[in-house]
Amino acid sequence: MLLSLTSTTTDATDLGFVLHKHPERVRSVDVGFGRAHVWYPEATTERCTATLFVEVDPVALSRKPGGTRKSGGAATLEPYVNDRPYAASSMLSVALGRLFGSALAGNCASRPELVDRALTLEIELPVVPVRGGEAVVRRLFEPLGWAVDCHALPLDEAFPRWGASRYVSVTLAGDHTVQRALQHLFVLLPVLDDKKHYWIGDDEVDKLLRRGGDWLPTHPEAEFITRRYLRFGGLAREALVRLAEANEDSDERDESNDAAEAEVERPLSLNDARTEAVLTAVTDAGGGRVVDLGCGEGRLLARLVATPTVAEVTGVDVSVRALERAAKRLRVDDMSERRRESANLIQGALTYDDARLRGFDVATVVEVVEHIDLERLDTFEQVLFERVAPPTIVLTTPNREYNVHFERLRADKGDADKGDDDKGGADRGGAHDLRHGDHRFEWTRAEFAAWVAGVTDRRGYRATISGIGPEDPDTGPPTQMAVFTRGVDR
Amino acid sequence: MREALKTIEVPAVGLVVLCGASGSGKSTFAARHFAPTEVVSSDQCRALVGDDETDQSVTATAFELMHDIIDKRLELGRFTVVDATSVKPEDRRSFVELARKWDVLASAIVFDLPLSVCLERNDIRADRQTPRHAIERQHKTLRRTARKLRKEGFGRTYTIGSVAELDAVEVVRTRMWTDRRAETGPFDIIGDVHGCHTELIALLAQLGYDTEARPIAHPDGRQAVFLGDLVDRGPGVTEVLETVMDMVDAGTALCILGNHENKLSRALAGRNVTRSHGLVESLEQLEARSPEFRERVVGFLDGLISHYILDGGDLVVAHAGLPERYHGRASGRVRSLAIYGDTDGETDEFGFPIRYPWAEEYRGKAAVVYGHTPVPAAEWVNNTICLDTGSVFGGALTALRWPERELVSVDAPEYYAPTRPLVAESAERPPLLLDVEDVLGKHYIETGLMGRLTVDAERSTAALEVMSRFAVDPRWLVYLPPTMAPVATSDRPDLLEHPDEAFAYFAKAGVSSVVCEEKHMGSRAVLIFARDGDAAQRRFGITNDAAGVIVTRTGRPFFPDATRTGALLDRVRSAVSAAGWWDALGTDWLVIDAEILPWSAKATELLQRQYAATGAAATAALAAAGDLLAAAAGRGVDVAGIAERTTVRQGHVSRYVDAYRQYCWEVDGLDGIEVAPFQILAAEGEVLARRPHRWHLEQIDALIEHGAGVIRRTERRFVDLADAEQVAEATAWWTASTAPAGDGTGDRLAGGITDGIAEGIGEGMVVKPADPIVRGERGLVLPGVKCRGAEYLRIIYGPEYLEPQHLERLRQRSLGRKSSLARREFALGIEALERFVDRQHLYRVHQCVFGVLALESEPVDPRL
Repeated sequence: MLLSLTSTTTDATDLGFVLHKHPERVRSVDVGFGRAHVWYPEATTERCTATLFVEVDPVALSRKPGGTRKSGGAATLEPYVNDRPYAASSMLSVALGRLFGSALAGNCASRPELVDRALTLEIELPVVPVRGGEAVVRRLFEPLGWAVDCHALPLDEAFPRWGASRYVSVTLAGDHTVQRALQHLFVLLPVLDDKKHYWIGDDEVDKLLRRGGDWLPTHPEAEFITRRYLRFGGLAREALVRLAEANEDSDERDESNDAAEAEVERPLSLNDARTEAVLTAVTDAGGGRVVDLGCGEGRLLARLVATPTVAEVTGVDVSVRALERAAKRLRVDDMSERRRESANLIQGALTYDDARLRGFDVATVVEVVEHIDLERLDTFEQVLFERVAPPTIVLTTPNREYNVHFERLRADKGDADKGDDDKGGADRGGAHDLRHGDHRFEWTRAEFAAWVAGVTDRRGYRATISGIGPEDPDTGPPTQMAVFTRGVDR
Repeated sequence: MREALKTIEVPAVGLVVLCGASGSGKSTFAARHFAPTEVVSSDQCRALVGDDETDQSVTATAFELMHDIIDKRLELGRFTVVDATSVKPEDRRSFVELARKWDVLASAIVFDLPLSVCLERNDIRADRQTPRHAIERQHKTLRRTARKLRKEGFGRTYTIGSVAELDAVEVVRTRMWTDRRAETGPFDIIGDVHGCHTELIALLAQLGYDTEARPIAHPDGRQAVFLGDLVDRGPGVTEVLETVMDMVDAGTALCILGNHENKLSRALAGRNVTRSHGLVESLEQLEARSPEFRERVVGFLDGLISHYILDGGDLVVAHAGLPERYHGRASGRVRSLAIYGDTDGETDEFGFPIRYPWAEEYRGKAAVVYGHTPVPAAEWVNNTICLDTGSVFGGALTALRWPERELVSVDAPEYYAPTRPLVAESAERPPLLLDVEDVLGKHYIETGLMGRLTVDAERSTAALEVMSRFAVDPRWLVYLPPTMAPVATSDRPDLLEHPDEAFAYFAKAGVSSVVCEEKHMGSRAVLIFARDGDAAQRRFGITNDAAGVIVTRTGRPFFPDATRTGALLDRVRSAVSAAGWWDALGTDWLVIDAEILPWSAKATELLQRQYAATGAAATAALAAAGDLLAAAAGRGVDVAGIAERTTVRQGHVSRYVDAYRQYCWEVDGLDGIEVAPFQILAAEGEVLARRPHRWHLEQIDALIEHGAGVIRRTERRFVDLADAEQVAEATAWWTASTAPAGDGTGDRLAGGITDGIAEGIGEGMVVKPADPIVRGERGLVLPGVKCRGAEYLRIIYGPEYLEPQHLERLRQRSLGRKSSLARREFALGIEALERFVDRQHLYRVHQCVFGVLALESEPVDPRL
């Protein structure tokens, strides 16, 4: 973890006074996660450089509870093999605060006139982890008056095909007071990294606002910075509100928010349309006891519970986390005994027969079938249509033909998926043209119709197929739905 | 005057209801003759729900609790005594109903002591007293109704009429007639004979019985067990009866009741029965014999029992089979189920009763062997097997050797025209369908290696998600590999792991011979495949373009694309064909344990995101720091300490980068991909994983030349632990093979004792007992321990872990849990293979595989 700060303003060795560090000595301090050192590789009247170097104790870091280990996630190999000891992350901010605390605060007892003097500065950060690459470095530093020079480090020169790493060697040049330069680094290093911080606490908002002081509210990327700095929603919101008070012209931001929302609304309205269509199908079938197979976080369940003709709702999902979130959404804990009995959540998988799923009037299977491997589809069919076998089954699945209209969504989603969710990435197929990373297939209208026809044939059901969402003359609707009705002869 | 009551006999599995007024001495009697936990008393239940034995206001709730306790105890087959007044028939009725519900015998003991005695005892009670009039009424009611106890449903009743009797009477527990657990055989269980005497003698001879002897006996003392239906239809009914009666009398055979014996017995007793289903043949043949013989037959048939529990409870024989809840129980219902099966009156198109397919749902621990329903071939279904292979209909007479589980049969001519074709009983549960109940919730899995293993509900929950969302189809997934524990931590100053500890572990466990196998730094893979699609369909009930799968340790497809799976399996398959394995092993499918290289083929994402990234950051940061330190030193600033440390760290980082690079090479499609098989886990008819490792490695060596460069050899050293030279040589081999790149150690040793991986920087080795399955004094010995090289461990513990101040802390690692998991997962894996090889139902195999996955979700230090 390394940072160099160079002044070329004569007399350059004045830097020593501002930083409270003598150019001819080495200063070493314990910083909790290791030892930080400051020394001057260069100290002439023309050019003076202070280097901050932190020797992180990797073992202490890995063994400390709540260290860099991802909270709640499965334990992985990460703790011991870790870039934290080497890359300039939030820990470097902490070390900055510890070693250059006075300079950051703008105190210089011996030469107070130096504090507000802008120097011609050069900052070198040989290894900065950046999420988003060079562009993000420029977005953050250029508006503040820094000339940015940076290049990405290769992952491994022995394997050129692996390309660049997420580390960037950054050089910043500009005229700033030392205090301001250190403030920029203190706030923006963790933002570049965008990983969970070494310290997480309630006083962070204050820290950010104090260090960010007067320059952050007017920074065009203020919201981006705040969000990244405080990776936790609650804190970020609080900080944004407090920022808004300081920033008078907020109309512009509101406008950009609206635009973002409209962008997000496209898929949202499709969700709504799907829910409405399924609810209508359930009601048309007479409601009664309904089981939602693959209920996820319970969006549809919440609506089913509130549907008068539906007497009882059971949500089934294989993911316990999803069921927990569904329970929250349905407020199961607040339900009366009687209502609770009419809304159940159970863990199950549609590739296993399950006696608990028998005896329902309607089963809904919304955007589920495409998550099942084609090889296991026959088992799914057997379980659903032969074992569970309710009188009515409402099933929806994407229409692959419609995907050409989703260019934008797909690009965004692909990027988001690459982010912090690392589970199973290597094991999943790389079908890039599907709507969701876990989709094993998506059917065209003809493929879906063929499958539905096969099922009705084999399992004694009748079916009607319809579309959900805006119908395109060429590609059809975004979602297709089949309502299966069990034949009387069964 | 009746004779004084001296002995009360109660069945070992049953319900005993004590009936008597307050003060008649029931509780004292119960305390004297029964264990405290066997007695369920109304007083005790009042206290449990209301804190006060005498609080009559909670009586209703207390009785509900009493019923629940009795219900649960009887469900478990526990002997239970009810201590309440139970003087009125309506009080007793619910107890009798519970006994019926759980098919146990109900007995009543009536405490008919003089009223004066009861009153006197009540008066001297310190804690509480029952009103006098209540006792008088209880006494009167009991007297009035006690005579009808038999009618109420009590199988046995005893009356204690005096204080003298009360004091003197003995209580004796009688073993159930069906309980023959003490008899351990070995047995030869024989299916429905139906008068096929010639075939019976031939079968007995084939089983090794001396058929010339009278009675027929086995020279080794084996015992024949006849499953009933000896009689009717066939030509030799009386000869069969005579043979079997002689054997049973002599103790060389056991026989249980079949429905045909039941009917014949009724006919012989002069009851009016329909003379169909071949009964006529029996009666005609018996007519030809002497009256003495007929009398003997009547006595023999009368004495037949509905079913037996044998061999310590591992084996149950019942003519028509028997669901687990009826094992060892006694009731009319059990008898009827045991000889007719569960029918609800419906008949099939041939007029035969349709039976409830109990075997499909059977989950019991005991094997159930039965007959009754002719089937084309005897096959295990959920630990049950039907041996009626229709001898009299031109099928075969079949026997099962127990405990060997071998089938022996002799063909028979058609003596009697079948009224319907022999077909396998239609299964309610489709043969390849799994039920979520098979895996969800807490489960106990019986394994041959470690007995009963527990899978917790929480772990099952986690495994279900992986299994259903990410794993390959369970029909393919007949095995998952166990995790492997590392060696105990070395106390050498510069290492965490060293072979010494591995050798010491096995020596201590009593293993004399081990094999050290090169640990390939790739990704674990299990190859499950058939010779072709047809064979896959036949054996696995599923197929795909590859006629097989390659899965990761967690059952996921190894390659995301079917193309590479298919291509790689094709290469392995053709090598297997060329090496002649199909014929040599008599199989058309295989399960192979292997490592697929390079590591980068599977773990590219992890490598890039974590290993290479850390290397890139560390290299650049330390290089820059070095320059800045040199500049400072150049102008006289004292940075010597930091500079020195930084140089050392740069060395560590560069070795770390060397280490991970070693396991990476570019692959394109299949080019560059290598498979290193190290064990052939199973093939038709045999779990090969039980064979010595030498056999496996030799087989696999022979595969390499046919492998078109895809099959990689696993280097190995066989070590006799008593031979210090061999131990030293294996240790030197490990040291050389794991040395840092360019260290020169490998070159020094290159003359003769090193080969293959001796270039250095290998991952390390796995030390295994030469015979894979070893039971030591303290249970199952680990099937292997890994001993990783110091360089490789940089990838696990971080680039700089070898620095003394880090190493010291890293030694604090606890291996107990990992070892325990490794053992349990190994036992489950072998059990899965055993069950698959045995052709048990898919769910039986799946439970074990699922269990491995569930255990893998236990939180354990991932660096071990």
